[in-house]
This record gives sequence, structure tokens and C-alpha cells, in this order.
Amino acid sequence: MSDKIIQIDKMNKWFGDFQVLKNINLEVEKNKKIVVCGPSGSGKSTLIRCINRLEEHQQGKIIVDGNELTEDTKDIEKIRAEVGMVFQQFNLFPHLSILDNCTLAPIWVKKLPKKDAEELALKHLERVQILDQAQKFPGQLSGGQQQRVAIARALCMEPKIMLFDEPTSALDPEMIKEVLDVMVNLANQGMTMIVVTHEMGFAKEVADEVIFMDEGMIVERAETKEFFANPKSERTKLFLSQIL
Amino acid sequence: MNKLNFLTPDKNNLYPYLYTGTVLFLLSIIIVLSNSLFNLDLIYFLPGTISFFLPLVLGFIGLHLIRIEYSGIKLLEIINKKINTNNFNALLSLLILFVIIKSLPPLLNWFIIDANFSGDSKDACSGSGACWAYIKTWFNRFMYGMYPNEEQWRINLSFVSLAFLGVVGFFATDKFKKFLTLYYVVVYPIIAFFFILFFISGGPIFFDFSYGIIAAVISIILGFFIPSKFKMYYFIIVPITLYILLKYVFFYEELIELGKLESLEWVETGAWGGLSLTFIVSFFCLIFCFPVGLFLSLGRRSDLPIIKYISIGFIEFWRGVPLITVLFMSSVMFPMFLPQDMFIDKLVRVIIAISLFEAAYVAEVIRGGLQALPKGQYDAAKSLGMGYWKLHILVILPQALKLVIPGIANTFLALVKDTPLIFVVGLLEIVGMLNLAKTNPEWLGFAMEGYVFASLVFFIICYAMSKYSYNLEQKYKTDR
Ligand SMILES: Nc1ncnc2c1ncn2[C@@H]1O[C@H](COP(=O)(O)OP(=O)(O)OP(=O)(O)O)[C@@H](O)[C@H]1O
Ligand SMILES: [Mg+2]
Repeated sequence: MSDKIIQIDKMNKWFGDFQVLKNINLEVEKNKKIVVCGPSGSGKSTLIRCINRLEEHQQGKIIVDGNELTEDTKDIEKIRAEVGMVFQQFNLFPHLSILDNCTLAPIWVKKLPKKDAEELALKHLERVQILDQAQKFPGQLSGGQQQRVAIARALCMEPKIMLFDEPTSALDPEMIKEVLDVMVNLANQGMTMIVVTHEMGFAKEVADEVIFMDEGMIVERAETKEFFANPKSERTKLFLSQIL
Repeated sequence: MNKLNFLTPDKNNLYPYLYTGTVLFLLSIIIVLSNSLFNLDLIYFLPGTISFFLPLVLGFIGLHLIRIEYSGIKLLEIINKKINTNNFNALLSLLILFVIIKSLPPLLNWFIIDANFSGDSKDACSGSGACWAYIKTWFNRFMYGMYPNEEQWRINLSFVSLAFLGVVGFFATDKFKKFLTLYYVVVYPIIAFFFILFFISGGPIFFDFSYGIIAAVISIILGFFIPSKFKMYYFIIVPITLYILLKYVFFYEELIELGKLESLEWVETGAWGGLSLTFIVSFFCLIFCFPVGLFLSLGRRSDLPIIKYISIGFIEFWRGVPLITVLFMSSVMFPMFLPQDMFIDKLVRVIIAISLFEAAYVAEVIRGGLQALPKGQYDAAKSLGMGYWKLHILVILPQALKLVIPGIANTFLALVKDTPLIFVVGLLEIVGMLNLAKTNPEWLGFAMEGYVFASLVFFIICYAMSKYSYNLEQKYKTDR
């Protein structure tokens, strides 16, 4: 039980009358890397946004690191601080320098002294190989660089889990690799990761398991090799044939 | 030599075109100029409509002929680029030029040539121009209202001190930079308030103020010798002790009554007026309406229904009523709700009323900025573990406020220009004083000069504000 860092049990979610997520059951063990794929509109983003409660679910249970997410979770901020998230659109804070982007939350949320926060930020910026841009503003960076900063910014909170929502789909092909490299690196260092992506190469390289979603349901979940070698459902086969 | 084609002037025959064009253009200018300056119609022999349009036609052809690209003549290129890019532009430029030429002489006549500058009574103004002697005579009233002449140094001193305290921020060293916002948002308004209350208003209360200042100065000087470890306690305890000592031991209140010390004369707010009142009202309204508006805009977007609907109700109420009725109500209705013996000064009521009124507008302007931010900014801040206040203070508001600087400046300019309305409760700032002076039997008939003067004063104030807001915009421009 204890190494199940995320547990989702019979979870349902609606946007108004429209049911986005249907009966989701998912358990993620510590240090596992999960790739989520599926056609557009299948609810992948919504699913991982539920994990740090950027979206609220209406039925079922979500337990993150031993804390159940409910309406009256008092310390939702604390839980979010332990779950890093990287977005498709980077969402860096454009009014702050790269360094300040990375130190903002550690200083104000984790209450680190400014000096320690900066040290930490520089360490992670170096890890994503963007140290030399620390004083620039987000608007002055390329998309790939911005996304790597976004990863560093999330890492500065020293999260236990990292969520990635299509981190490379807003990028030009030549920038995709630099971001994926950083993510592969991160995976190799043992981070628990849930990655929504269409980069099947990445999935084959690092994922322990792949989940295929369609119309709000988890259609198939399998070990990576198994998933690509002999997918069970017809829907998955079709999807894979289109994407590979 | 190429053939001359007047429809399409070209570079090869540069000079013929240039000379003809320039001559025609100058001719048109000369006709208008002579008409305007010397009232001389050079083309009187032509029928009416033609003589009316001739300068325009001549100038138009002239500008057409000199519209030659890559001529290599600097001046010509500048002219062509700025005012003569195409036929339509040329026509507009000509019209503007003619209007200026036609209207300049009468304006100059009125403002300077025929105007009277000296003298101190109506008789001095005999000419057909402006009577600036009127402004000169009334200048003092326009600046200070009915504030007694011999006490006006108090206003000057307060304003100079406040201006000084206002600009010190620009010279702050890095060490103090982080306190600047606190200083300008909290400390400075409080200081300003005390200056107004104790100095400009005066009365026995003045002594409290002077004790306070002496106590503060002494404790700051002593403060340099106190180890930083104790500074926190020091600056709380010592000033208060000093103040009490000064007030009750050294300058025992009886001294005042014994006539040994004279306090500043009390000047009731009804006597304040003129430009100084414009400043006081605008200053405090600007300072109060901003935070109130900020909270209203956040309230309107709140998830809590009570807060949300209170904010909406508040905003819609104040936006729905005219300022003039708000001012009336603040002076007539409001006191009825107060307990019998409670009294709130007219000026304070007016400032509160205007602040709340403008806060509603500020709230909507800020809401516009909040809405312009992508949802991703909220998501990112939340995912980093920021709660409501951190998210807004650190991420959302800095961006939103930057976006709405022009809108806020707009509202603030409108506020400053709305201050003359306080005449409805009997407070006379500069325009109010003007209206008063206008009806003075000895100075009847100089309304024009007064309004021109007031417009100029308001223009200077507002232009400075708008320039400042533009500077702020530039300063905080980071992205792209
Ligand atoms: N805030 C919202 N309100 C209403 N409907 C929404 C909202 N967000 C998403 N949806 C709907 O929910 C469904 C799932 O959306 P979601 O963004 O999770 O899909 P996705 O699998 O991430 O798709 P993509 O690959 O295009 O990102 C879609 O049909 C979408 O239209
Ligand atoms: Mg998505």
C-alpha cells in the first residue's frame, strides 16, 4: 500500500452535463513512469489536472501521497507543492526573470531563505542546461528553452510527483528533442512521472506502463513492451497504427 | 532631356518639377497668410468660390509636383514622408496648415498683443484682448481659496514638504528599495494626512503634531546609536515615551492656555479652496479609490457568492448614479444617518464619496486586466502550491495592473477633472473660485480669461499625470 503514491478509485467527472471522465481506476507506485496517450478530447488533460486538483472530480476517490482530495481538503496547497506540473503552453510568469520564476514559489510557499532558493534554482537550471539564461525574461527565450525552464521551476519545489501535459506539442520539431532529453534524464534519476504525450519514442524509452484513453475511459493499460507489441483492444490498435 | 509629364513627376526632370511645385505651394501659403495677417485679399479679382478654393488647388498641385521619390534631397524626402505621402495626405496637410495660419493671428491678438498684463482693477483692461490683470489680482484666491493670507505659508510648507517626501523614493538606495511600496502605499498617505490635519487645518491639535515630529526626529537621531538587535523595540517604545514626556511634562498643556505658546490658528475646511484644495481632494481620492477598487475587482471574481454579490451590487450602484448626486447625498443625506452629536467634516465626506465613486470604475478597469490574463497563469501558480493571496499578489496582480496602467490613468485623469463638482457642497476649488470671481461686481465680464487659466492649469496637471503613466508603462514592459 505505502508505495502507491497515487490512487484513483472509481472516479467520475462532469463538465456540466458532459461526462469527461468515466469510472477511472488508477494506481501509481513510487518512481514509476506512466505515459498517457489517446485521441484529442479523450480527457487526458482533465485526468492529470484532477491529480493536483486543478479540476475537481465529482465522484470517487483520489488519494495523493496519503491525502485524499476532497472539497474540504484544507492543505490543498501543500499537496500541490508536492506535485509538480508542466503545461503544454509553458505558463512561465512573463513579468519575472527566469531566476525569479524559479525562486518565487520556494521563497513564498516553502519559505526558503532567498539565498538557498537561488542556489536551488541555479542547480535545477543547470540540470536543464539553461543556466546562462537565468537573468533573461521568458519572452526572450525560445519555446524549447521556456519549456525547460518550466520543468526547472517545477523541480525547484522538489516535488514527489511530476505531471506533464503534452510538454512538447507546442514546440517545433528541433526543440522537442532538447525537452525530451531533459525528461529522460529526470526519469532516469527516479522521479515519479505521469506524462501525457504523443511521443511514442519517449514512451518506449522510459515508460514503465502506458495508458490509452478514449472518450473519458481508460481503454487499455499495459506494460510498455506489451502495449506496443500486442495491444488488446481494437481502438488501441487503430490509434497506434495512426500515430506510429 | 526627357519629356515633361505633369501627371507623373519623375526623378529625371527633378528641378523643373521641384521649382514649379515649390512656387505653387508657396504661392498658396502667401495668399492665405496675407489674408490672415493683413486682411488683404490678393485674389480679390476672382469670383467668390474660386478665390476661396484657389489656395487649396494651387497648394495641392504644388505638393503633387514635388512628390518625387529618391530625389536625394534630404529636406524634400522628409516633407514627402511626413506630410505628403499621397494626394489625400497632401490635402489634409494643406487644410491643417491653412487652419493654423488662419487661426493663429486672432489667438495671438487675444492672448498677447491686445492683452492687458498690468493694473489691479477692471479699468486697466480696456483693450480687446485678454485681461490678465484679472488673473493676477485673483491669483491668490485661485490658489488658496478663502484661506487667510497670513496663514498661507502653512499650505506652501505642507506641499513643499510632501513633494519632498514624495520624491525621496527616487533616491532610495538598493537597501531601502524593497520598502518603497510600503512607504508610498501606507506611510506616505498617513504622513500627508497628518500634515493636512495638523498644519493646514491647524488648531490646538497642532501641538500634538509638533510633539510628534520632535519625538520622531530625536528618536531617529538616537536610533543610530542603538544596536540593531534592539531597534525593533526601540522604535516602538522611545518615540511614544518621548511624545508623552514632551506633551505632559515639558510642555504642559497649561502653558498654551497661559498664552506663553500660541498654537496655529484653526482654519475650517470651508475656507480652504483653490488649486490647493484640488490637490488635496485629488490626492486623497486617488489614494483611497485604488485599494478599494482593487478589492472590489477581486471580490467580483470571487467564488464566494456573498462577497461576489456584495461587490457587484456596490460597483453597479456607484456606477449607476451621477457623481453630483453622490456629492449632494454625502452632504445632505449622510449626516442624517449619523448619531446626533457625531460630526464628520464636509471635506472628509466629499473625499469618501468621490473615492467610493471612482473605486467602482477602478474596479472594472482592473477586472479587465484580470480577465486578459491567460488561465494558464492561474494553473501554473496553483500547481506551485500558491494559495489565493500569494497567487494574486505574486503572479496575477503584477501582470494585470501592468496591463491596466492606461485604463487606471484614464480613470485618475477623469477623477482630477471631476473635482470641480465639489462646488455643490460649497467647497470651492480652482474652478469654483473662478465662478465666484466671475460674479464679483467689480470684475464682471472676464469669465473667458478665468476659464482659459483654469484649463491651462488642469492641462498641465493632467498632462504630467499622463506622461507619468506612460513612463510607468515603459518601465514595466518586460515581455516581447
Ligand atoms: N473547462 C471545461 N469546460 C467544459 N468542457 C471542457 C473543459 N475542459 C475540457 N472540456 C472538455 O472535456 C473533454 C476532454 O478534454 P481534455 O482537455 O481533457 O482532452 P485531452 O485528451 O487533453 O485532449 P487534447 O489531446 O486535445 O489535449 C473535451 O471534450 C473538452 O471539450
Ligand atoms: Mg490536453
